[in-house]
Amino acid sequence: MTSTGDTPAQRGPADFERVLTGAETTVAAFDEEKPTPLKVVQHFLHEHPTAVPFIVLILSALIFSVLVGGRFFAPFNLSLVLQQVTIIGVVGIAQTLIILTAGIDLSVGAIMVLASIIMARSAVVWGIPVAVAFPLGILTGFVCGFINGALVTHVRLPPFIVTLGTWSIFGALVLFISRSETIRQQDIDATASLLQFMGTRIQIVTPWGNAPVTYGSILMILLAVVVWYTLNRTPFGRHIYATGDDPDAARLAGINTDRTLLAVYAIAGAICAVGGWVLIGRIGAASPLAGQTANLDSITAVVIGGTSLFGGRGSIVGTLVGALIVGVFRNGLALYGLDNLWQEFAVGLLIIVAVALDQWIRKVAA
Amino acid sequence: MTEAPAPQPILMGKGLVKRYGRVTALDHANFDLMPGEILGVIGDNGAGKSTLIKALCGAVIPDHGEIFLDGEQVNFRSPMDARAAGIETVYQNLALSPALSIADNMFLGRERRKPGFLGKYLYWLDRGRMQREAREHLSSLGLLTIQNINQTVETLSGGQRQGVAVARAAAFGSRVVIMDEPTAALGVKESRRVLELMLGLKKRGLPIILISHNMPHVFEVSDRIHIHRLGRRIALIRPSQHSMSDAVAIMTGAMKPPAEEQTT
Repeated sequence: MTSTGDTPAQRGPADFERVLTGAETTVAAFDEEKPTPLKVVQHFLHEHPTAVPFIVLILSALIFSVLVGGRFFAPFNLSLVLQQVTIIGVVGIAQTLIILTAGIDLSVGAIMVLASIIMARSAVVWGIPVAVAFPLGILTGFVCGFINGALVTHVRLPPFIVTLGTWSIFGALVLFISRSETIRQQDIDATASLLQFMGTRIQIVTPWGNAPVTYGSILMILLAVVVWYTLNRTPFGRHIYATGDDPDAARLAGINTDRTLLAVYAIAGAICAVGGWVLIGRIGAASPLAGQTANLDSITAVVIGGTSLFGGRGSIVGTLVGALIVGVFRNGLALYGLDNLWQEFAVGLLIIVAVALDQWIRKVAA
Repeated sequence: MTEAPAPQPILMGKGLVKRYGRVTALDHANFDLMPGEILGVIGDNGAGKSTLIKALCGAVIPDHGEIFLDGEQVNFRSPMDARAAGIETVYQNLALSPALSIADNMFLGRERRKPGFLGKYLYWLDRGRMQREAREHLSSLGLLTIQNINQTVETLSGGQRQGVAVARAAAFGSRVVIMDEPTAALGVKESRRVLELMLGLKKRGLPIILISHNMPHVFEVSDRIHIHRLGRRIALIRPSQHSMSDAVAIMTGAMKPPAEEQTT
């Protein structure tokens, strides 16, 4: 049946299309005007989104080394910067996963503190062995993230609202469970020294002096490697990007976007709990008042690191570099002798410039 | 296709009914697609043709009626079921992720993993293989104008994107490819390119369902045309025996449909 009636006169291109034989054969040719240097830069940055934070990091480090002299590049000072950004780096990794799906998590700081309180309190006050208390803390983070994810995917609430709510709820739980008490370093050392492990330093000897590096910083880097691998080398990672980029298209292409989102929020919660472990090591105690700025700082690191708040674009490397940029600015300005308020001022400026840059780069695609 | 006509349709719907509240979108609709043919599906807005297509590709579960694929009854619960059975759909919005590369998009949702331990337990993507296969699929359709398989889809023109979506469907659609308004958003030259692509797929023996409002395109490439009206197939015509104005008249109810053509 398909062999009949194949080429009557009406088949083939319509009359108005016959002129196409003389047309250019290139698909959609444009006048290639000579690209301005600015356009070249724009295109380069569009193709290499992580280049921006790297350039900013190197420039800011150079500027501060000029301003404050050799002190800035001393190994001890650099390791100090690294220690200062460790918490934000870990929580920022979690935040990156969420923001890549075009979401936002305002409860990361609260989850982190809640996990640290659960770990320390169950081990020190409730007498649970640390081998149980520690996984209990991680599980707490996972469950908190899972609740966020379930509210986003099944109740279909915007992530901003969900996590604004759970931020308060988890924060209240922190105060309830901790009874607003801080668990002191001596007590943790006595019964659950594992919880302090991430604060332990190892000395890296360099010709220019010793650089103490905490296990927490090493953990942050390992965590970044694992998450980088997941995002870039596994199907799940591709699904995270696709879900954030265009959820409808991802669904039609066969991705279970709800399951992807739920997994992302739950994993982010568990990573925040790891952040809680690092937090105990960093401050040496488990305090309900610690990590107050982690929420916004993590978003700052992600945004400065070039990850788009609209989802689907960005990287873990960017976030770590973003966290380092904030660390370098704070450290450099402090060494230069400026008041704290100028650190805040500079960070605010960085955020706005980073987002403006992101918008400008994205115009290439339009 | 020059071989003898196969006796049974590759995809067939019998007495399909779908109601949304009081609205009957499908009213005992029949449908059949023969092997190796391009079947045009036309109908006014609201005639129920998208519901019909959704029922065939698993996006809608009909209330009554049966669907047969290659003579076997199938019950698709989701588009994934239909895809697993070899029915691929090129959606009007293409379902591509703009920020992902061409290769990533082609394998989205069915990524290839490295052989052995790395792929099985570490879920390590076999990117080299996916890039190679993506390039093969594109070039076999004559889409070599796309040079870099790793460039993001957002850098492609509308026609090139359509090409990627068609190549994806052709790569995985082992039995049927459904194309929903493939030329609606394209210019004259790019539309022509897509029509050629469809004829290329047909040459390989892949049957295609073409849903379109563009009569010249439907009449040019279709072997048969399914005219949908008021929730059912009202006529099945051959473009060689009816004019476009006949088709439009039947579709809108201005002309009495010819007796439903018997296939074969």
